[in-house]
Amino acid sequence: MNTAFEKQDRTGPVLFRTYEKGSGLKKALSMERNDILDELRESKLKGRGGAGFPTSTKWMIVAAASDSKKYVICNADEGEPGTFKDRVLLTEYPELVFEGMVIAGYTIGADEGIVYLRGEYFYMLSFLEKFLEDMRSNGLLGKNILGKDGFNFDISIRLGSGAYVCGEETALIESLEGYRGEPRNRPPFPVNTGFMGHPTIVNNVETLASVPHLIMNGGAWFCEMGTDKSTGSKLFSVSGDCDSPGVYELPWGTTIKELLKIVGAENAKAVQVGGASGICFGKKDFSRSLAYEDAATGGSIMIFNESRNMLHVLKSFMEFFVEESCGQCTPCRIGNVKLLEGVEMIERGEFTFEYIEKLKDLGRTMQVASKCGLGQTSPNPFISILENFKDEIFNPREVNEAV
Amino acid sequence: MTMKTELRSPVSQRPHIIPSVKDRKGIGAEVAIELNGEKLHVQMGKTILEVCRENNVHIPTLCYHEDLCIAGNCRMCVVEVEGMRTLQAACAFPITGPVKIKTFSNKVRKARKHILDLMLSEHYGECYSCVRNNNCELQSLAKEYGVDGYEFGHVCESRFEVDRSSYAVVRDMDKCILCRRCVRTCIDLQEVGVLEAIDRGYDARIGTFMDKPLADVICINCGQCINRCPTGALHANDPSDEIWKAIEDPSKHVVIQTAPSPRAAIGEEFGLPPGRSMTGQLNTAIRRIGFDRVFDTNFSADLTIMEEGTELLNRLRKAIVEKDESVSLPQFTSCSPGWVKFIEHFYPEHLSYLSTAKSPQQMFGAVIKTFYANEQGIDPKDIVTVAVMPCSAKKFECNRPEMNSSGYKDVDYGLTTRELAKMIREAGLVLPDLPKSNFDEPFGEASGAGLIFGATGGVMEAALRTVYELVTGRPVPFEGLNINPCRGMEGIKEASVKLENCTDQFSFLEGVELKFLVAHGTANAKTVMEMFNRGELAGYHFIEIMGCPGGCIGGGGQPIPTSEEIRKLRAKAIYEEEASLPVRKSHENPRIKYIYEKFLSDGPCGKLSHKLLHTHYVKRGKFIT
Repeated sequence: MNTAFEKQDRTGPVLFRTYEKGSGLKKALSMERNDILDELRESKLKGRGGAGFPTSTKWMIVAAASDSKKYVICNADEGEPGTFKDRVLLTEYPELVFEGMVIAGYTIGADEGIVYLRGEYFYMLSFLEKFLEDMRSNGLLGKNILGKDGFNFDISIRLGSGAYVCGEETALIESLEGYRGEPRNRPPFPVNTGFMGHPTIVNNVETLASVPHLIMNGGAWFCEMGTDKSTGSKLFSVSGDCDSPGVYELPWGTTIKELLKIVGAENAKAVQVGGASGICFGKKDFSRSLAYEDAATGGSIMIFNESRNMLHVLKSFMEFFVEESCGQCTPCRIGNVKLLEGVEMIERGEFTFEYIEKLKDLGRTMQVASKCGLGQTSPNPFISILENFKDEIFNPREVNEAV
Repeated sequence: MTMKTELRSPVSQRPHIIPSVKDRKGIGAEVAIELNGEKLHVQMGKTILEVCRENNVHIPTLCYHEDLCIAGNCRMCVVEVEGMRTLQAACAFPITGPVKIKTFSNKVRKARKHILDLMLSEHYGECYSCVRNNNCELQSLAKEYGVDGYEFGHVCESRFEVDRSSYAVVRDMDKCILCRRCVRTCIDLQEVGVLEAIDRGYDARIGTFMDKPLADVICINCGQCINRCPTGALHANDPSDEIWKAIEDPSKHVVIQTAPSPRAAIGEEFGLPPGRSMTGQLNTAIRRIGFDRVFDTNFSADLTIMEEGTELLNRLRKAIVEKDESVSLPQFTSCSPGWVKFIEHFYPEHLSYLSTAKSPQQMFGAVIKTFYANEQGIDPKDIVTVAVMPCSAKKFECNRPEMNSSGYKDVDYGLTTRELAKMIREAGLVLPDLPKSNFDEPFGEASGAGLIFGATGGVMEAALRTVYELVTGRPVPFEGLNINPCRGMEGIKEASVKLENCTDQFSFLEGVELKFLVAHGTANAKTVMEMFNRGELAGYHFIEIMGCPGGCIGGGGQPIPTSEEIRKLRAKAIYEEEASLPVRKSHENPRIKYIYEKFLSDGPCGKLSHKLLHTHYVKRGKFIT
C-alpha cells in the first residue's frame, strides 16, 4: 500500500535525484566551514520560502557572529494556501532536510536545530521523531557526529498552532519562545538577534533539503540549472484545474505555459503564482517565466479554468487574509477588511470605480507600510485580479461556475 | 552615611538598546545621514525617530511612548529610507549607516493618511462626546493630516460593551486603536499583566483573562494604562456628578482634601507647562465651586508619619529588646493603594511586613468623620468627604469595605486631578487666573514632610526626619534636611543612616545603622520582593514602595500626557515648595501636636489610633475564579 511516508516515483534535477543517506553530511564534515560557505556562495542558492534571500549571506553572517549559542531553525510551517511541497520533502526525503540542518549547524557553529512544524502536520510527528532517533543511533545526530570530534548537533521538533503568520520568521521565533506569534521589528534580523536573543538562521525546508545535493555536486553544478539570477530548481505545488496536480521539480526559468503543458492544463484561464499572497496571471502573461526576477513564487501554483469566477477566487483569498492577519499593525488588520468589503461591493454590484481605485491605492500603501510580509503581500491578489481580469469582473457574462 | 544608587529599572525603562548594533564597533560613533535633503551627523544606533526629534522634525506617532518599549505596530511614523522597498517605522529603525531619509514625501504622507483613515473607520463614537476631546492623539493627528471625511467608512454601531466594573478604570474598547500601549504598560512597565492582545486579525482586541470584567482580575487600579492611552479607550471612573449633587444638597457638609501631587500638576490641565504648583489658586477654585471646607492631605500625611514611624520603632524595639523573632522587618510602606493591591495579589504571604497604617487619604477621612464632626457639631452621616488624588487606585481604596472604622465610609469619593480640573472648567473658572487662598482650619497647616509624599522617596525622607529626631533628639544629618539619596528617578534607591547618641528611651537603637530602600513602579516593587524572597533584604529596616513610576506625581489620575521629563518637573515643583515652608518635620506640625493632645490622647499607635488610623489587608492571590 502506498502511504504518505513511502517514497513515490519522482524525478527531478536536484531534490528528486537519487541520494544516498548520510553522504552529503559525510562530505560536508570532511570540508572546511569556509569551503562550504564558498560552495553555497558559488551556487547562488536563494531562500525557497518565497522571499529569496541569498542563503550564503544568511549563513555567513551567523557563522561570523561571536555568540556562544547559535540556532538553526527549519521553517516547516508550510501555510501558504496551495503549497504542499514541504510535506513531500518531510515525508519522503526527511534525510535531505535533517542533513541540511546538520550541515548548517556545522557551518555556522550551532549545536541545536529546531524544526517548526506546521500544526496540521501533526500526523507526521511520530514518523519524523523516529527518523531522528534512527539518525542518532547511526551517529548522524548527537555527540561527535560521524566521528567528527567536538561537533555536536541535535534536532528537536516543535509544533505550530495553525497561524499562517507564524511562517514569517520573526513571528515563528516569537511563537517558539512561547509568545503570541507576531512579527518583530526588523532590524534587528534573526541572524543577529534570533531565537532567545541568539544569532539564528531560519531556512525553509526546501532550502535546507537542497544543501546535501549541493555539497555532493558543488556550487558550479547547481548554477548550471535555472537562470542567472535564479539558480537550481524549484518544487512547485500544482493544484486546481489540471489533469495531474502534485509536486513537480522543475528548473527555475520554466515558463508558466511550459508548466501548464506538463500538468495538463493548457485550457487554463488564470494562474495564481505564489499562493494567496502571490500574483494572479491571465493568458497574456503565460509566457512569463517562474523565477525570482520574474514571476516569483514559494512554490504554489493554482490553476483556474474558464469555469471559475475570478471574483469568487479573490474573495476567498481576502477572507483568508482577514482571518490570518495577526492583528498587530494597522494597515494589515483593517486594510484587508476594507479590501474584502470592496470585493463584496463588487459582488453586489454596489460600488463606484472611484472607490475601487481608492482601495487599490490603499493596497499599495499596505504593500509598503505593513509591518511584515503578510500585509505587504496580501493586496497582491486584490490588485492583480482586479487588474488582469477586469473585463470578466466588471462586465460579467453568464459564468457557469463549477462547484 | 553610605549611599548607593543602582539602576534596576524594568526593561522598558532602560534606554533603548538596539541589539543588532550593540556589539558592533562604532556604536555611538558619528555617521553622516541625509534627513529631508539636509546633511546631518548623528550617533549610530539612534532610531530615526530620536534623530528627527533632536532635529525638530516632527514625526507622528501613536504606539510609541517614551516610557515603553518599542512596538512599531501603528505604522503612523513610517518614513522613506532610500534603497528600501518598503517604508520603515521611524520609531523602530536604528541608524547604522549613511542613510537618506524622507519624512514627508508623497508616498509617506499618503500612507499616514491611509492609516489614519483605517483607524477612524473602526473608531466608534464622536469626538465631542469623548472624555479625551481636545487631548486625544488620534484626534490631533486627524487634524494634522487634514482628515475631512471617512474615506473608508465609519463604524456606526457599538461593538463592545463598556466595562465599568472597576472602581478605578473604565474600558471602552470601541475607541481602542490597538496601539497596545496599555498592554506594554501593564506587562512591561508595571509587570502586572492584566491586559493582553487576544484573538487575531480583525477580531484582535485588548482583553483580560477570559474576557472577565476588570474588577474580577488582578488589576491593581494604578491607572498607568489610562495615562498612556492615546485615545479615550481607557479613562477613570468619574464620580463628579455625585459630588455636584452633594454640593447642591444643603443638608450635606462637603469636605475636600487635596493631595500635593494634583496641586503640582493640575496647571497642565489649564495649559500651563509642567512644574507649576497651584496650591493657593486651587483652594480658591474649590471654595468657589461650593465645597464647604478644603483641607490639606499633607496634614494626614504628617499623621501617617507619626503612626508609621512609631510602628517602625515598635517593631524595632520588639526585635532588638524583646528578641522577638516573629517581628516582620523590614517594614513596607502602605500609602500607595496600587502597591497594596499588588502585594495582596502577588505576595500575599508577606502582608505582615506591610505597615498597618492607613494611607493619608483614609486617615483624613476617619479623622473628619470623628474628631472634626464632633468639634464642629455635625452629624458624620451628613458629612461627605472627597479626596483629590493623583491616583485612580484611591477610588478603589476608599471603597474597600474595611475602611469604615468611624462607622461611616472614611472617604466617600476619590477624585482624580483630571476630574477636578473638569469640575473647575464646568464652574467656568480659569484656575491660573484665580487669587490664592489658604486651607481651612483646624487642619490648615501641614509640614513640608507631608508635602514631599508626592514624589518617590518622599515618605522615606519624611519618616527619617521624624524617626531620627525622635531617637537621637537631633535633626537628621543632611544639609537643609534634604535627604538626597531618597530623591530622583532611579528605579530603586538605597541609603542608610547610623543612629548614635540616642536618647534614653531609644538607647536600644544605639549604633544601629538604619538601612532603607525606596522603589517606585510595581516592576521595581517586584524586583524588591524577589530580593526579599532571596533573603537579600536581611538587615534592612524600612522600605518605601510607590505603585506608580515617579511616585504619586506620576499617578494614574494625573494630567495626560506623562513622561519622565514631566514627572521630574512635577517633583521639582514639590521640592521647591517644600524648601520654603516654615515647618518641615511632621512631629513639629502644631496641628499634629493638637490632635494627639485633644483626640488621640493615648499617642501614636495607641488604642484609638489603632481603631481609626490602622487597617488590615486581604490575601487575594493571583488566581482568578
